[in-house]
Amino acid sequence: MSAVSTLVRKDLLLELRKRESVPAMALFSLSAFVLFHFGINRSSVDGDLAAGLLWVTLLLASLLGVGRLFVAERDEEGFDAIRLAPVDASALLAAKSLSLLAFLAIVEVVAIPGFAILLLGPALLPALPGLLAVLALADIGIAVVGTLASALAVQTRARELIVALMGLPLLVPVALGAARASAPLLQAGGPGALPGRWLGLLGLYDLVFALVAYAVFDYLLDD
Amino acid sequence: MSAAETVPAIELSGLGRRYGERTALRDLSLKLPAGATLAVLGANGAGKTTLLRILAGLLRPHDGRARVLGLDLPREAPLLRGRVGLLGNEPLLYRDLSARENLRFHAGLHRVDPAQAEALLGQVGMDTRADEPLRALSRGMVQRVAVCRAVLHDPELLLLDEPLAHLDPAAADAAEPLIGPGSARRVDSAPRTRVAVSHDPGAAIADAQLVLGLRAGVRMLLGPADAISAEQIEGLYR
Repeated sequence: MSAVSTLVRKDLLLELRKRESVPAMALFSLSAFVLFHFGINRSSVDGDLAAGLLWVTLLLASLLGVGRLFVAERDEEGFDAIRLAPVDASALLAAKSLSLLAFLAIVEVVAIPGFAILLLGPALLPALPGLLAVLALADIGIAVVGTLASALAVQTRARELIVALMGLPLLVPVALGAARASAPLLQAGGPGALPGRWLGLLGLYDLVFALVAYAVFDYLLDD
Repeated sequence: MSAAETVPAIELSGLGRRYGERTALRDLSLKLPAGATLAVLGANGAGKTTLLRILAGLLRPHDGRARVLGLDLPREAPLLRGRVGLLGNEPLLYRDLSARENLRFHAGLHRVDPAQAEALLGQVGMDTRADEPLRALSRGMVQRVAVCRAVLHDPELLLLDEPLAHLDPAAADAAEPLIGPGSARRVDSAPRTRVAVSHDPGAAIADAQLVLGLRAGVRMLLGPADAISAEQIEGLYR
Protein backbone atom coordinates (compact mmCIF):
# COMPACT_ATOMS: atom_id res chain seq x y z
CA MET A 1 0.00 0.00 0.00
CA SER A 2 1.43 3.42 -0.92
CA ALA A 3 1.92 6.16 1.65
CA VAL A 4 -0.91 8.16 0.06
CA SER A 5 -3.42 5.32 0.35
CA THR A 6 -2.21 4.57 3.89
CA LEU A 7 -2.82 8.19 4.92
CA VAL A 8 -6.21 8.41 3.18
CA ARG A 9 -7.33 5.15 4.76
CA LYS A 10 -6.35 6.48 8.18
CA ASP A 11 -8.25 9.76 7.63
CA LEU A 12 -11.40 7.93 6.51
CA LEU A 13 -11.15 5.52 9.42
CA LEU A 14 -10.77 8.42 11.89
CA GLU A 15 -13.75 10.23 10.37
CA LEU A 16 -15.80 7.05 10.56
CA ARG A 17 -14.94 6.75 14.27
CA LYS A 18 -15.24 10.40 15.29
CA ARG A 19 -17.87 11.64 12.81
CA GLU A 20 -16.82 15.23 13.25
CA SER A 21 -16.36 16.75 9.79
CA VAL A 22 -18.82 15.14 7.36
CA PRO A 23 -21.94 15.31 9.58
CA ALA A 24 -21.16 18.94 10.46
CA MET A 25 -20.69 19.87 6.79
CA ALA A 26 -23.87 18.05 5.72
CA LEU A 27 -25.96 19.52 8.53
CA PHE A 28 -24.66 23.00 7.79
CA SER A 29 -25.62 22.64 4.11
CA LEU A 30 -29.13 21.41 4.86
CA SER A 31 -29.66 24.07 7.53
CA ALA A 32 -28.52 26.78 5.12
CA PHE A 33 -30.94 25.55 2.45
CA VAL A 34 -33.79 25.62 5.00
CA LEU A 35 -32.82 29.17 6.01
CA PHE A 36 -32.65 30.27 2.37
CA HIS A 37 -36.01 28.61 1.72
CA PHE A 38 -37.67 30.80 4.32
CA GLY A 39 -35.28 33.77 4.19
CA ILE A 40 -35.65 34.69 0.52
CA ASN A 41 -39.41 34.16 0.68
CA ARG A 42 -39.55 32.08 -2.49
CA SER A 43 -40.70 28.51 -2.79
CA SER A 44 -38.22 27.75 -5.57
CA VAL A 45 -35.20 29.22 -7.33
CA ASP A 46 -33.51 28.58 -10.68
CA GLY A 47 -30.71 29.81 -12.92
CA ASP A 48 -28.13 32.25 -11.52
CA LEU A 49 -29.79 32.52 -8.11
CA ALA A 50 -30.00 28.75 -7.65
CA ALA A 51 -26.37 28.29 -8.68
CA GLY A 52 -25.24 31.11 -6.40
CA LEU A 53 -27.08 29.76 -3.36
CA LEU A 54 -25.84 26.23 -4.00
CA TRP A 55 -22.17 27.16 -4.35
CA VAL A 56 -21.99 29.70 -1.53
CA THR A 57 -23.51 27.06 0.77
CA LEU A 58 -21.17 24.29 -0.40
CA LEU A 59 -18.11 26.56 -0.08
CA LEU A 60 -18.99 27.63 3.46
CA ALA A 61 -19.76 24.03 4.43
CA SER A 62 -16.41 22.91 3.04
CA LEU A 63 -14.63 25.32 5.41
CA LEU A 64 -15.88 23.26 8.35
CA GLY A 65 -14.03 20.24 6.95
CA VAL A 66 -11.00 22.32 6.00
CA GLY A 67 -10.68 23.61 9.56
CA ARG A 68 -10.54 20.10 10.97
CA LEU A 69 -8.41 18.46 8.29
CA PHE A 70 -5.14 18.43 10.26
CA VAL A 71 -6.56 18.51 13.79
CA ALA A 72 -5.80 14.86 14.51
CA GLU A 73 -2.20 15.40 13.35
CA ARG A 74 -1.82 18.46 15.57
CA ASP A 75 -3.53 17.07 18.67
CA GLU A 76 -1.91 13.64 18.56
CA GLU A 77 1.52 14.58 17.22
CA GLY A 78 0.76 12.89 13.92
CA PHE A 79 2.97 15.42 12.11
CA ASP A 80 5.99 14.05 13.98
CA ALA A 81 5.01 10.47 13.19
CA ILE A 82 4.68 11.28 9.50
CA ARG A 83 7.92 13.30 9.42
CA LEU A 84 9.78 10.38 10.99
CA ALA A 85 8.62 8.08 8.18
CA PRO A 86 10.05 7.99 4.67
CA VAL A 87 7.08 9.91 3.32
CA ASP A 88 7.31 12.98 1.08
CA ALA A 89 5.37 16.10 1.99
CA SER A 90 3.73 15.77 -1.43
CA ALA A 91 2.26 12.41 -0.34
CA LEU A 92 0.67 14.09 2.68
CA LEU A 93 -0.64 16.90 0.46
CA ALA A 94 -2.14 14.38 -1.97
CA ALA A 95 -3.61 12.27 0.83
CA LYS A 96 -5.21 15.19 2.66
CA SER A 97 -6.61 16.59 -0.59
CA LEU A 98 -8.09 13.19 -1.46
CA SER A 99 -9.56 12.83 2.04
CA LEU A 100 -11.18 16.27 1.79
CA LEU A 101 -12.40 15.40 -1.70
CA ALA A 102 -14.02 12.25 -0.29
CA PHE A 103 -15.65 14.26 2.52
CA LEU A 104 -17.01 16.78 -0.01
CA ALA A 105 -18.37 14.02 -2.24
CA ILE A 106 -20.20 12.39 0.68
CA VAL A 107 -21.62 15.75 1.81
CA GLU A 108 -22.83 16.51 -1.72
CA VAL A 109 -24.65 13.17 -1.91
CA VAL A 110 -26.81 14.54 0.90
CA ALA A 111 -26.71 18.28 0.12
CA ILE A 112 -27.59 18.24 -3.62
CA PRO A 113 -30.85 16.26 -3.18
CA GLY A 114 -31.60 18.44 -0.16
CA PHE A 115 -31.10 21.54 -2.32
CA ALA A 116 -33.36 20.05 -5.01
CA ILE A 117 -36.13 19.35 -2.49
CA LEU A 118 -35.94 22.58 -0.51
CA LEU A 119 -35.09 25.20 -3.12
CA LEU A 120 -34.58 24.12 -6.70
CA GLY A 121 -37.44 24.77 -9.09
CA PRO A 122 -36.38 22.79 -12.19
CA ALA A 123 -35.93 19.03 -11.98
CA LEU A 124 -32.47 17.95 -10.80
CA LEU A 125 -32.07 14.76 -12.81
CA PRO A 126 -31.67 16.29 -16.30
CA ALA A 127 -29.03 18.68 -14.92
CA LEU A 128 -27.18 16.03 -12.97
CA PRO A 129 -24.59 14.84 -15.55
CA GLY A 130 -23.39 18.40 -16.19
CA LEU A 131 -23.58 19.28 -12.52
CA LEU A 132 -21.39 16.29 -11.65
CA ALA A 133 -18.68 17.61 -13.98
CA VAL A 134 -18.83 21.05 -12.32
CA LEU A 135 -18.84 19.47 -8.85
CA ALA A 136 -15.79 17.37 -9.69
CA LEU A 137 -13.72 20.31 -10.94
CA ALA A 138 -14.82 22.65 -8.16
CA ASP A 139 -14.26 20.02 -5.46
CA ILE A 140 -10.69 19.41 -6.64
CA GLY A 141 -9.99 23.13 -6.30
CA ILE A 142 -11.59 23.30 -2.85
CA ALA A 143 -9.67 20.21 -1.73
CA VAL A 144 -6.26 21.48 -2.85
CA VAL A 145 -6.67 25.06 -1.61
CA GLY A 146 -8.41 23.81 1.55
CA THR A 147 -5.50 21.48 2.33
CA LEU A 148 -3.05 24.34 1.87
CA ALA A 149 -5.06 26.71 4.08
CA SER A 150 -5.60 24.02 6.70
CA ALA A 151 -1.91 23.14 6.92
CA LEU A 152 -1.12 26.80 7.51
CA ALA A 153 -3.96 27.43 9.93
CA VAL A 154 -3.45 24.34 12.08
CA GLN A 155 -0.17 25.73 13.42
CA THR A 156 -1.96 28.82 14.73
CA ARG A 157 -4.26 29.38 17.69
CA ALA A 158 -7.01 31.05 15.63
CA ARG A 159 -7.42 28.05 13.32
CA GLU A 160 -11.02 28.68 12.20
CA LEU A 161 -10.38 32.38 11.63
CA ILE A 162 -7.25 31.77 9.55
CA VAL A 163 -9.04 29.13 7.47
CA ALA A 164 -11.83 31.59 6.69
CA LEU A 165 -9.52 34.56 6.11
CA MET A 166 -7.20 32.59 3.85
CA GLY A 167 -9.55 30.09 2.31
CA LEU A 168 -12.47 32.30 1.28
CA PRO A 169 -10.53 34.84 -0.81
CA LEU A 170 -8.55 32.04 -2.46
CA LEU A 171 -11.76 30.17 -3.24
CA VAL A 172 -13.57 33.13 -4.87
CA PRO A 173 -12.57 31.93 -8.37
CA VAL A 174 -14.05 28.49 -7.54
CA ALA A 175 -17.32 30.06 -6.38
CA LEU A 176 -17.41 32.25 -9.48
CA GLY A 177 -16.51 29.49 -11.95
CA ALA A 178 -18.73 26.86 -10.39
CA ALA A 179 -21.75 29.18 -10.09
CA ARG A 180 -21.40 30.45 -13.66
CA ALA A 181 -20.91 26.92 -14.99
CA SER A 182 -23.91 25.59 -13.03
CA ALA A 183 -26.37 28.41 -13.82
CA PRO A 184 -27.33 27.23 -17.33
CA LEU A 185 -27.82 23.71 -15.96
CA LEU A 186 -30.32 24.94 -13.39
CA GLN A 187 -32.38 27.29 -15.57
CA ALA A 188 -36.17 27.04 -15.55
CA GLY A 189 -36.65 25.77 -19.11
CA GLY A 190 -34.40 22.74 -18.67
CA PRO A 191 -30.61 22.43 -18.66
CA GLY A 192 -28.64 24.35 -21.24
CA ALA A 193 -25.18 23.51 -22.55
CA LEU A 194 -22.24 23.43 -20.18
CA PRO A 195 -20.25 26.65 -20.55
CA GLY A 196 -16.79 25.43 -21.54
CA ARG A 197 -15.16 28.76 -20.63
CA TRP A 198 -16.07 28.41 -16.94
CA LEU A 199 -15.18 24.74 -16.82
CA GLY A 200 -11.83 25.69 -18.34
CA LEU A 201 -11.36 28.32 -15.63
CA LEU A 202 -12.03 25.72 -12.93
CA GLY A 203 -9.62 23.27 -14.55
CA LEU A 204 -6.91 25.93 -14.85
CA TYR A 205 -7.46 26.98 -11.23
CA ASP A 206 -7.09 23.35 -10.09
CA LEU A 207 -3.86 22.95 -12.05
CA VAL A 208 -2.30 26.22 -10.85
CA PHE A 209 -3.10 25.64 -7.19
CA ALA A 210 -2.01 22.00 -7.32
CA LEU A 211 1.39 23.22 -8.54
CA VAL A 212 1.54 26.01 -5.94
CA ALA A 213 0.60 23.60 -3.16
CA TYR A 214 3.21 21.09 -4.32
CA ALA A 215 5.86 23.81 -4.32
CA VAL A 216 5.16 25.25 -0.86
CA PHE A 217 3.73 22.37 1.16
CA ASP A 218 7.09 21.11 2.41
CA TYR A 219 7.84 24.51 3.97
CA LEU A 220 4.52 24.55 5.81
CA LEU A 221 5.43 21.38 7.68
CA ASP A 222 8.96 22.45 8.58
CA ASP A 223 9.59 23.67 12.13
CA MET B 1 37.14 -2.17 11.47
CA SER B 2 34.27 -1.41 9.04
CA ALA B 3 33.39 2.05 7.80
CA ALA B 4 30.14 1.94 9.78
CA GLU B 5 32.08 1.42 13.00
CA THR B 6 34.57 4.22 12.32
CA VAL B 7 31.93 6.86 11.46
CA PRO B 8 30.23 8.05 14.67
CA ALA B 9 26.48 7.50 14.71
CA ILE B 10 26.09 10.97 16.20
CA GLU B 11 28.51 13.85 15.90
CA LEU B 12 27.57 17.24 17.34
CA SER B 13 29.71 20.33 17.17
CA GLY B 14 28.76 23.61 18.84
CA LEU B 15 25.07 22.69 18.60
CA GLY B 16 22.60 25.35 19.74
CA ARG B 17 18.87 25.93 19.64
CA ARG B 18 16.70 28.79 20.86
CA TYR B 19 12.96 29.27 21.33
CA GLY B 20 12.52 32.99 20.88
CA GLU B 21 14.72 34.65 23.50
CA ARG B 22 15.21 31.46 25.51
CA THR B 23 18.22 29.27 24.85
CA ALA B 24 17.29 25.59 24.96
CA LEU B 25 20.68 24.20 23.97
CA ARG B 26 24.06 25.93 23.83
CA ASP B 27 27.38 24.93 22.29
CA LEU B 28 26.95 21.18 22.62
CA SER B 29 29.64 18.94 21.15
CA LEU B 30 29.96 15.17 21.39
CA LYS B 31 30.58 11.99 19.44
CA LEU B 32 28.70 8.73 19.94
CA PRO B 33 29.97 5.57 18.25
CA ALA B 34 27.53 3.33 16.37
CA GLY B 35 25.91 0.74 18.62
CA ALA B 36 26.61 2.69 21.83
CA THR B 37 24.17 4.19 24.30
CA LEU B 38 24.21 7.83 25.40
CA ALA B 39 22.38 8.60 28.64
CA VAL B 40 21.09 12.18 28.80
CA LEU B 41 20.44 13.49 32.29
CA GLY B 42 19.16 16.78 33.62
CA ALA B 43 16.30 18.47 35.39
CA ASN B 44 13.09 19.53 33.65
CA GLY B 45 13.78 22.18 31.01
CA ALA B 46 17.44 21.23 30.69
CA GLY B 47 17.17 20.77 26.90
CA LYS B 48 16.95 16.98 26.76
CA THR B 49 13.81 16.78 24.62
CA THR B 50 15.09 19.54 22.33
CA LEU B 51 18.23 17.47 21.78
CA LEU B 52 16.19 14.37 20.91
CA ARG B 53 14.03 16.32 18.46
CA ILE B 54 17.08 17.75 16.71
CA LEU B 55 18.62 14.27 16.45
CA ALA B 56 15.35 12.97 14.99
CA GLY B 57 15.43 15.65 12.31
CA LEU B 58 12.22 17.21 13.64
CA LEU B 59 13.79 20.45 14.84
CA ARG B 60 16.35 22.66 13.14
CA PRO B 61 19.46 23.55 15.13
CA HIS B 62 20.18 27.28 15.09
CA ASP B 63 23.92 27.02 15.70
CA GLY B 64 26.63 24.47 15.13
CA ARG B 65 26.59 21.22 13.29
CA ALA B 66 24.72 17.96 13.79
CA ARG B 67 25.62 14.82 11.90
CA VAL B 68 23.39 11.79 12.53
CA LEU B 69 23.96 8.39 10.89
CA GLY B 70 26.34 10.14 8.49
CA LEU B 71 23.80 12.76 7.44
CA ASP B 72 24.15 16.52 7.96
CA LEU B 73 21.10 18.02 9.65
CA PRO B 74 18.92 19.77 8.74
CA ARG B 75 20.09 19.69 5.10
CA GLU B 76 19.85 15.91 4.78
CA ALA B 77 17.03 15.39 7.30
CA PRO B 78 14.67 13.87 4.68
CA LEU B 79 17.20 11.06 4.16
CA LEU B 80 17.12 10.31 7.88
CA ARG B 81 13.41 9.48 7.75
CA GLY B 82 12.75 5.84 8.45
CA ARG B 83 16.16 5.29 10.07
CA VAL B 84 15.31 6.70 13.50
CA GLY B 85 12.85 5.48 16.10
CA LEU B 86 11.51 8.07 18.54
CA LEU B 87 9.78 7.15 21.76
CA GLY B 88 9.02 10.47 23.40
CA ASN B 89 6.58 12.07 25.77
CA GLU B 90 3.78 11.61 23.25
CA PRO B 91 3.00 8.14 21.89
CA LEU B 92 2.53 9.46 18.30
CA LEU B 93 -0.57 7.30 18.00
CA TYR B 94 -4.19 8.14 17.20
CA ARG B 95 -6.42 7.68 20.24
CA ASP B 96 -9.50 6.84 18.17
CA LEU B 97 -7.77 3.99 16.36
CA SER B 98 -6.95 0.64 17.89
CA ALA B 99 -3.41 -0.57 18.57
CA ARG B 100 -3.61 -2.82 15.52
CA GLU B 101 -4.93 -0.02 13.26
CA ASN B 102 -2.25 2.37 14.51
CA LEU B 103 0.57 -0.08 13.92
CA ARG B 104 -0.78 -1.06 10.50
CA PHE B 105 -0.87 2.64 9.65
CA HIS B 106 2.77 3.04 10.68
CA ALA B 107 3.70 -0.17 8.86
CA GLY B 108 2.17 1.35 5.73
CA LEU B 109 4.13 4.58 6.14
CA HIS B 110 7.39 2.71 6.68
CA ARG B 111 6.61 0.02 4.08
CA VAL B 112 6.94 -2.72 6.67
CA ASP B 113 5.11 -6.06 6.51
CA PRO B 114 2.00 -5.72 8.75
CA ALA B 115 2.85 -9.16 10.14
CA GLN B 116 5.70 -7.43 11.95
CA ALA B 117 3.16 -5.30 13.80
CA GLU B 118 1.31 -8.43 14.90
CA ALA B 119 4.53 -10.01 16.15
CA LEU B 120 5.42 -6.90 18.16
CA LEU B 121 1.95 -6.66 19.69
CA GLY B 122 2.34 -10.24 20.88
CA GLN B 123 5.79 -9.51 22.23
CA VAL B 124 4.54 -6.69 24.49
CA GLY B 125 1.42 -8.60 25.53
CA MET B 126 -1.03 -6.37 23.67
CA ASP B 127 -2.37 -8.91 21.19
CA THR B 128 -5.51 -9.59 23.21
CA ARG B 129 -6.50 -5.91 23.38
CA ALA B 130 -5.20 -4.88 20.00
CA ASP B 131 -8.64 -4.05 18.59
CA GLU B 132 -9.75 -1.62 21.30
CA PRO B 133 -9.39 2.10 20.61
CA LEU B 134 -6.40 3.52 22.45
CA ARG B 135 -8.60 5.97 24.34
CA ALA B 136 -10.08 2.94 26.14
CA LEU B 137 -6.64 1.71 27.27
CA SER B 138 -4.51 2.72 30.23
CA ARG B 139 -1.48 4.98 29.73
CA GLY B 140 0.80 2.01 30.32
CA MET B 141 -0.87 -0.03 27.60
CA VAL B 142 -0.63 2.89 25.18
CA GLN B 143 3.06 3.13 26.03
CA ARG B 144 3.49 -0.56 25.12
CA VAL B 145 1.96 0.17 21.72
CA ALA B 146 4.23 3.20 21.39
CA VAL B 147 7.23 0.94 22.01
CA CYS B 148 6.05 -1.27 19.13
CA ARG B 149 5.60 1.82 16.95
CA ALA B 150 9.11 3.06 17.70
CA VAL B 151 10.83 -0.18 16.64
CA LEU B 152 8.38 -1.37 13.97
CA HIS B 153 10.64 -0.20 11.13
CA ASP B 154 13.80 -1.62 12.70
CA PRO B 155 15.56 1.75 13.20
CA GLU B 156 19.32 2.11 13.43
CA LEU B 157 19.03 4.86 16.03
CA LEU B 158 16.60 4.85 18.95
CA LEU B 159 15.78 8.12 20.68
CA LEU B 160 14.12 7.41 24.01
CA ASP B 161 12.56 9.92 26.37
CA GLU B 162 11.67 8.19 29.63
CA PRO B 163 10.76 5.04 27.67
CA LEU B 164 9.72 2.98 30.67
CA ALA B 165 7.47 5.66 32.16
CA HIS B 166 3.97 4.29 32.82
CA LEU B 167 5.09 0.68 32.32
CA ASP B 168 4.63 -1.88 35.07
CA PRO B 169 7.60 -4.19 35.79
CA ALA B 170 6.26 -6.98 33.55
CA ALA B 171 5.67 -4.58 30.66
CA ALA B 172 9.11 -3.02 31.18
CA ASP B 173 10.64 -6.50 30.98
CA ALA B 174 8.73 -7.17 27.76
CA ALA B 175 9.90 -3.88 26.26
CA GLU B 176 13.52 -4.42 27.28
CA PRO B 177 14.55 -6.62 24.30
CA LEU B 178 13.00 -4.09 21.93
CA ILE B 179 14.41 -0.83 23.28
CA GLY B 180 16.86 -1.81 26.02
CA PRO B 181 20.64 -1.63 25.80
CA GLY B 182 20.84 -5.14 24.39
CA SER B 183 18.33 -4.47 21.61
CA ALA B 184 19.56 -5.37 18.18
CA ARG B 185 18.34 -4.69 14.67
CA ARG B 186 16.33 -7.49 13.07
CA VAL B 187 18.01 -7.08 9.72
CA ASP B 188 21.62 -7.75 10.78
CA SER B 189 21.54 -8.26 14.57
CA ALA B 190 23.73 -5.17 14.95
CA PRO B 191 23.20 -3.35 18.26
CA ARG B 192 21.09 -0.22 17.95
CA THR B 193 22.60 3.13 18.76
CA ARG B 194 20.55 4.61 21.61
CA VAL B 195 20.09 8.01 23.14
CA ALA B 196 18.08 7.65 26.33
CA VAL B 197 16.74 10.50 28.42
CA SER B 198 16.01 9.47 31.97
CA HIS B 199 15.22 10.84 35.40
CA ASP B 200 16.64 7.67 36.95
CA PRO B 201 20.38 8.41 36.77
CA GLY B 202 21.45 5.11 38.32
CA ALA B 203 19.63 2.94 35.79
CA ALA B 204 20.50 5.24 32.88
CA ILE B 205 24.22 5.20 33.65
CA ALA B 206 24.23 1.42 34.13
CA ASP B 207 22.86 1.00 30.58
CA ALA B 208 25.08 3.59 28.88
CA GLN B 209 28.62 3.93 27.58
CA LEU B 210 28.52 7.73 27.49
CA VAL B 211 26.73 10.15 29.81
CA LEU B 212 25.69 13.72 29.03
CA GLY B 213 24.43 16.00 31.78
CA LEU B 214 22.57 19.18 30.84
CA ARG B 215 21.48 22.14 32.91
CA ALA B 216 19.55 25.01 31.31
CA GLY B 217 20.75 23.91 27.89
CA VAL B 218 24.41 23.87 28.85
CA ARG B 219 26.59 20.77 29.02
CA MET B 220 27.55 20.25 32.64
CA LEU B 221 29.15 16.86 32.24
CA LEU B 222 30.12 14.52 29.46
CA GLY B 223 32.14 11.38 29.86
CA PRO B 224 32.28 7.60 29.96
CA ALA B 225 29.58 6.11 32.15
CA ASP B 226 32.11 4.43 34.47
CA ALA B 227 33.85 7.74 35.17
CA ILE B 228 30.79 9.68 36.35
CA SER B 229 30.57 10.30 40.09
CA ALA B 230 27.47 10.60 42.26
CA GLU B 231 28.46 14.19 43.11
CA GLN B 232 28.47 15.14 39.45
CA ILE B 233 24.96 13.70 39.02
CA GLU B 234 23.66 15.50 42.10
CA GLY B 235 25.08 18.75 40.74
CA LEU B 236 22.78 18.48 37.71
CA TYR B 237 19.63 18.57 39.79
CA ARG B 238 20.58 21.21 42.39
